[in-house]
Amino acid sequence: MTAKIRSIASAAGHEAQLDLAPRPAHGKLTITEVGKIYDPQGAAVVAVSDCSMDIAAGDFLAIVGPSGCGKSTLVNIIAGFDNLSSGEILLDDAPLATTEQAPRPGSDRVVVFQNGALFPWKSVLDNVMYGPLVQEVMTHREAKRKALDLLRRCGGLDRVAEAYPAQLSSGMQRRVEIVRALMNDPKVLLLDEPFRAMDTVSKTTMHEHLLEMYHVCRKTIVFITHDLEEAIFLADRVVVMTSRPGTIKTTLDVTLPRPRTAALLASEDFRALKAKLSAAVHEEAKRAFERGEREQA
Amino acid sequence: MPPVNKKQFWYMWLGYALALAAWYAATAWLPVAAFERLPGPWEVITEWFSTDPAYGISLFTRDYYIHILYSFYRATAAFLMAVALGVPLGIFMGWSKTFNDFAAALFGLLRPIPPLAWVPLAILLFPSSESAVIYVTFLVAFFATTMNTYVGVRSIDNDYFRAAACLGSKPRHVLRHVIVPGALPHIFTGLQIAMGAAWFSLAAGEMIAAQYGLGYMIFEAYNLIQFPTIVIGMATLGIAGYVSSAAIRLLGVRLMRWHEQSLGMEG
Repeated sequence: MTAKIRSIASAAGHEAQLDLAPRPAHGKLTITEVGKIYDPQGAAVVAVSDCSMDIAAGDFLAIVGPSGCGKSTLVNIIAGFDNLSSGEILLDDAPLATTEQAPRPGSDRVVVFQNGALFPWKSVLDNVMYGPLVQEVMTHREAKRKALDLLRRCGGLDRVAEAYPAQLSSGMQRRVEIVRALMNDPKVLLLDEPFRAMDTVSKTTMHEHLLEMYHVCRKTIVFITHDLEEAIFLADRVVVMTSRPGTIKTTLDVTLPRPRTAALLASEDFRALKAKLSAAVHEEAKRAFERGEREQA
Repeated sequence: MPPVNKKQFWYMWLGYALALAAWYAATAWLPVAAFERLPGPWEVITEWFSTDPAYGISLFTRDYYIHILYSFYRATAAFLMAVALGVPLGIFMGWSKTFNDFAAALFGLLRPIPPLAWVPLAILLFPSSESAVIYVTFLVAFFATTMNTYVGVRSIDNDYFRAAACLGSKPRHVLRHVIVPGALPHIFTGLQIAMGAAWFSLAAGEMIAAQYGLGYMIFEAYNLIQFPTIVIGMATLGIAGYVSSAAIRLLGVRLMRWHEQSLGMEG
């Protein structure tokens, strides 16, 4: 009952979020001069070039940019799905990906996918328990207890533990997927446009849910999006990438205090930040557009 | 599909009744020579339910059940072998690109060969005609199972594999928790097709190279000009095929509750 009330309150945006958890000990990402060249048929395509950024443990970083600017490529390299062509990435000062060492996917860097990748043949609970069970770091009983606890703390999701993903709304599915990722206690959480297909209202609700999870269970987060408001509302820092080749155009520190609620969207500070970011992105979009025109001609 | 509501139930019986009526009309009234030798529905039904059948085959004769049992045994044996070999092979083809590259070409060449064309070779290859018939039946079921399993594995979204990798899966976990459940809907489609295909190639095989079985029964009745028995054999084949397909479908529904849910949600 309380879980239900709590969830309704939080969906309506009235509930004050808990205080931000202390900065975690692990999860520092050091990205140095990373480049990625795709060479499918001899015609080299530079997807990412000379990309450097430092992300402190427990920071929430958003990467925005036009489609095809290589932001997903960067996430794929960090996740270990793809190797890099130059530069290096360190995780907690240990090499994660270098030109000699191809990265491998692992449960310390969990991805939440654009179209959702909960296993449709497993219940919510089995999905959440999956990671620790296959890694054999918990017994079935421990995993179940921890999964239910985590689901409950993340907006009362334990109510739907027995449901199959298809029985939930897409917003609910995405929240469960984030819980499934958090269950592995990852150092880095990689979110690749997870709310892309949602309408504005559900998106705002999802943002509050995500921030709530971030407050409860603070991790280094790399959040990919092309929605500027989303980036500012969620992140500590927004990185704007340019397209072809994908390089960093500008970085914007978001100084807005936490906890943040939907009311913030109307504030003067938020609008000023958005104007500043829009100008940078717009300039880039125009350049990309003109370049596209030239390519057409 | 089995009847779900009352209306569907009555329509189903109406369909049967209309077919019987058309059959009766064709044999009784149609002034075409070809239909004169065809037994009418009444003739077949009286023979089928007779305790003392004119041609020796009815619900009350031992021979009828021996034929059915032989056919069931062959179809089941062939089907189980097809599943045991086809599902792993299909999974392996879907999983390993290299393996698929060389297996796919071979499959493409062998699959279009009609099962009947295998019969002479099968009789030469195998010590008994029994194993030859089972082999021919197995073959069609095997191709259907393998191809559908392969398509099933290939249809699994790549994100599931990536998610599994992120969550720390080893290959055996990927096989058990992603590939098999992900391909299961396609596998079950394949099994149903395989079961149907097994029955029709079985009947053909039995006509040529067997001592017992429904196919043999039909062909023998043809040779002895026992027309009602032919129709009894055909109807029994139809029922047997329907029952075994329905059994597989039922098993599939029980194993894939999640799939029903997602289909229900989409529809």
